[in-house]
Amino acid sequence: MTKTYFTEDHEWIKVEGGVATVGITDYAQEQLGDLVFVELPEAGKALAKGDTAVVVESVKAASDVYAPVDGEITAVNEALAGDPSLVNSAPAGDGWLWKMTLADESQLEGLMDEAAYQASIA
Amino acid sequence: MSDTATLKHLPLEALHEEAGARFGAFAGWRMPLTYPAGVMKEHLHTRGSAGLFDISHMQLFEVEGAGAAAFLSRACPLDAEALDQDRSKYTVLLNESAGIIDDLIVTRLGPQRFMVVANAGNAAKDEAHLRALAKDFDVSLTALERVLLALQGPDAEAVLIAAGLDLSDLTFMTGTEPAPGWFAARSGYTGEDGFEVALPVGEAERFARSLLDDERVQWIGLAARDSLRLEAGLCLHGQDLDEATDPASAAILWAVPKALRERGAFVGAAALQAIIAAGAAQKRVGLKPEGRQPVRAGAPILDDAGKTVGHVTSGGFGPSVGHPVAMGYVARALSEPGTRLFTEVRGNRIALDVHPLPFTPQRYHKG
Repeated sequence: MTKTYFTEDHEWIKVEGGVATVGITDYAQEQLGDLVFVELPEAGKALAKGDTAVVVESVKAASDVYAPVDGEITAVNEALAGDPSLVNSAPAGDGWLWKMTLADESQLEGLMDEAAYQASIA
Repeated sequence: MSDTATLKHLPLEALHEEAGARFGAFAGWRMPLTYPAGVMKEHLHTRGSAGLFDISHMQLFEVEGAGAAAFLSRACPLDAEALDQDRSKYTVLLNESAGIIDDLIVTRLGPQRFMVVANAGNAAKDEAHLRALAKDFDVSLTALERVLLALQGPDAEAVLIAAGLDLSDLTFMTGTEPAPGWFAARSGYTGEDGFEVALPVGEAERFARSLLDDERVQWIGLAARDSLRLEAGLCLHGQDLDEATDPASAAILWAVPKALRERGAFVGAAALQAIIAAGAAQKRVGLKPEGRQPVRAGAPILDDAGKTVGHVTSGGFGPSVGHPVAMGYVARALSEPGTRLFTEVRGNRIALDVHPLPFTPQRYHKG
C-alpha cells in the first residue's frame, strides 16, 4: 500500500513498504523558480526530523529541504546532479530527492494528507 | 528588507499583476521578481530578442543652470564641461574618503542641462548629498516623477520603431528627449544593445502596452535583471560597490578621466589620488566557480593554504553561459585572470578561478 503525506514546508513523503520517498511539491518548486543545483547527501546518512537533508539552489538563492521524519537515507536521486530542472518539471515524479527508512512510523500521523495540504496553500 | 506595508508601488503595478508577476521587496519598492516564464527563460529571452523591464524605482534628477556643469564636475569625478551634447557617462558619487555613495549615469541634454539617473536604494541619500553640494553653485536640482522602462536585447531597436519611437540615431551611451517630459538613452544593464525610456506617468501604460503587443517583447523581472548584469560584469551598488569601496579597488577607474585622477577637484579627489598612488589593497574581479554549485554573496575567498584573501559580493547562476558566475574582491596580487582560489559553501571546498569580465560578450551598438 502506498500513501503520500505532506508537510507545512511543502514536501511530500510517499511511503511504500516501510521506505519513504521525499520530494518538494509543485507549489514549492514554483515558489523557488528554476533550480540550477541540488546538493545531495550520501546514502547511509542518519537524519532526525527537521535536519537539513538537501539544499536546492535556484538562480537567486539556496533553500534547505528538511527531513520530515527520523530515519536513514537509503538512496538519492543521482539524475539531479546532471539535470536539476527535473525538480521543476516533475516535482512529484522524476524530480524526487531522496529515499529514507522510517525510524518511527508514528511521526507520519502529524503530517497532512493531500486534501489538507491543497487546502493549506489555496 | 523593508516592511511590506511601507513599500512604494510602481505606477504600472496593475500591468505587472496582469502579467502574473511574483513580487518582492527591493530597495523599498514592491518589485516584480519573476513572471510566469521564470528567470531562466526571461534571461535568455532578453539576450535573444527583447526584454522589457520596469525600472521606475530608479530616480531621475534634472540638473539645470549656468553652474550645472561645474556642479557635476564637483559632485562626480567627471569633466562635465567637456561632455558632448547627448552624450552619457557612467560615473559615481564619492564621499571625502573616495568611498562610493552611488553609481550614476549622467547625460548632457543642453549647454546648461543634464539628466542624472540614480539607484533606487540610494535616491534619498544622493539627493541630500547633491543638494548640500548644490548650494555653492548656480544650479537647480529637480527629482523627476517618471516611469522608466528598459527595453533590452537585439530586437529592441526594431520594436521601438514598430511602436512609433525611432531611436536608431542613438549610439551606445547617448540620450535624447523624444517628446516633452520624455528622456531616452541607448543604454541598459544587461550587456545587450537596448534603450532606457523615461516618460510621464500618465502616458506610460499606453506606451508599455504598445511594446507588449509586439510578440518579440516579454516582461523581465528583477531576478533576471540581476543574472543578466552579473554575466555582463556590471556592478550592483550595495553589493559590489559601497562606501567602503573606492573606484580603484572596484576596478571602475576607467570611468574617471586620467587628468582628473591626478588633479581633480571633485569630492574625494585627494583620497582617490592617495589610493591610486599607494595601490589599492584589493581588486574587484570576476570569479568562475568550478562545477555547478552557485557561490553566493558573502562567501569567503580563500587561497590554497585556506587563508581568507577576499569575499564574494555577487554570485549566482549564469543562464547564458550555463555555469555559476560570481564577482568579488581579492588581494591585488591574486587578481590576475586564471588565478585559482577557493571558497567554502556549507563545508564544501569549491575552486574559484579569477575570470575576465564580462562573462558574456557585450553587444552594445557603438555606431
